[in-house]
Amino acid sequence: MFTLSGIGKQFGNGTKALEGINAEIAPGSFVALLGPSGCGKSTLLRLLAGLDTPSRGEISWGHAGRPAAGEIGYVFQDPTLLPWADAAENVYLPLRLRGVSRAEGMPRVMAALAQVGLDGFEHAKPKALSGGMRMRVSIARALVSEPALLLMDEPFGALDEFTRHKLQDDLLGLWRRTGKTVVFVTHSIYEAAYLANRIMIMTPRPGRIATILTPELPEGAGRRNSAAYHRLVAEITGDFQRIMPA
Amino acid sequence: MSRNVERVAPFAFGLIALVLWQGAVWVTHTPSYVVPGPVDIARAFWEAQGALGAGLLSTLAVTGAALLSSTVLGVFLAVAMAASPLFRSAVQPWAVVVQVTPVVAIAPLIIIWVGQPFLALVVCAVVVSFFAILSNTAAGLAATPPELMDLFRLNGATRWQVLFQLSLPYALPYFLTGLRLAGTLALVGAVVAEFVAGSGGFASGLAWEIIEASYRLQIPRMFAALLLLGAAGVGIYALLGTLERVVLAWRNGA
Ligand SMILES: Nc1ncnc2c1ncn2[C@@H]1O[C@H](COP(=O)(O)OP(=O)(O)OP(=O)(O)O)[C@@H](O)[C@H]1O
Ligand SMILES: [Mg+2]
Repeated sequence: MFTLSGIGKQFGNGTKALEGINAEIAPGSFVALLGPSGCGKSTLLRLLAGLDTPSRGEISWGHAGRPAAGEIGYVFQDPTLLPWADAAENVYLPLRLRGVSRAEGMPRVMAALAQVGLDGFEHAKPKALSGGMRMRVSIARALVSEPALLLMDEPFGALDEFTRHKLQDDLLGLWRRTGKTVVFVTHSIYEAAYLANRIMIMTPRPGRIATILTPELPEGAGRRNSAAYHRLVAEITGDFQRIMPA
Repeated sequence: MSRNVERVAPFAFGLIALVLWQGAVWVTHTPSYVVPGPVDIARAFWEAQGALGAGLLSTLAVTGAALLSSTVLGVFLAVAMAASPLFRSAVQPWAVVVQVTPVVAIAPLIIIWVGQPFLALVVCAVVVSFFAILSNTAAGLAATPPELMDLFRLNGATRWQVLFQLSLPYALPYFLTGLRLAGTLALVGAVVAEFVAGSGGFASGLAWEIIEASYRLQIPRMFAALLLLGAAGVGIYALLGTLERVVLAWRNGA
């Protein structure tokens, strides 16, 4: 799907966030960007989205070219919904901004809400939804334009364990059904191990890619308790013990 | 029960105070040209209701026109400042200068320059009140979550879409707070300007009623005009407060 070559990012104030990032991301993969706080994960994600430009290196997008407006779904750490708009209106937003009519857009909005298990909550305003439900609305908003590339920045970081597990399973199901490319930022070893089929482990600032793992875990209900999952968690933990300064 | 008591409390307190006041005036035989009792004031109010009512209307007209102009001017400046840092750095210091200059000091100039009396009063009231709207709206525009800005950009939103569908709606609660403050400020500005204009011979509004009553030593009538002014201030504040609550409840309602 795209290739990162020699990506570096230095901010105006001199902070070096990223250095020498090389990676290739194949279409349909589920990539986890895993690293300690402040290592530049969000920065890298913003570069991929085109919200910021690298100060060194380049991102090449293969023959499909750079995604146009609306072809990237972006999920932020907080749900960031419009507080005055109900769930359906919030999910409709990306379509509305690109001039998709209500008549054409609303069926897609309903489908996106159903995909995240929120049918029946179209008319609830954010205030009337729980934290997990708000995050689902935010995910539905990213899915509604059916983007080939889904960028997620610690989307489940603020949720309780039960809700997080549920949403992780939902996301895995969605990824398998749709074959989207997902880049998922997290600082949880468990989350990266559970979700991704390609884990990029980043060093503390300035962020570089220390290791790339390509695990294969069993699908289905046994995944979270499989021996392979626990071995993977142990392996990543070991990697970090080597990377992190004592 | 306790809510009702709380609601009645200010009126009961006011009533008791009135009774004590009247009693004190009677007992001490204070003449009404020094301190009039509530009964004298009520009589003065009744006798001069035509003039006082006209004065009130004229002051409210100035206040209303000023509030509208302040809204347009304040919101426009806030939006322009948010859109252009250059415009902000050029204009912000001058807005502060206008804000900190006492309106009494510049009212004579404004009245001479503007010429048309009603317009001059409105300009004075705008000078006093627009900054509250400007600064609150600007704070609201700046409080728009950057993530939502990014989301709009990712979907190819134009500047106008960002302004009308994101920034302005986000600034709405801040704007309404500013409007509520500006309401009472505009009234103060209008009355101050009327005083200045009145001393220059232009008779208008409640301020003129107060000036004239004081010339003629009609102290009860002066009190009546003062009370009317206070009531107008409370009324404006309550009205804009209700507007704020209703609009926000309608906007955020579950
Ligand atoms: N706009 C900016 N200007 C200056 N420095 C920045 C900016 N954005 C991020 N940084 C710095 O770049 C570094 C990486 O930030 P980034 O937000 O990418 O980290 P992160 O890996 O996402 O951390 P976390 O897990 O806490 O979200 C940090 O040191 C941060 O202070
Ligand atoms: Mg981050």
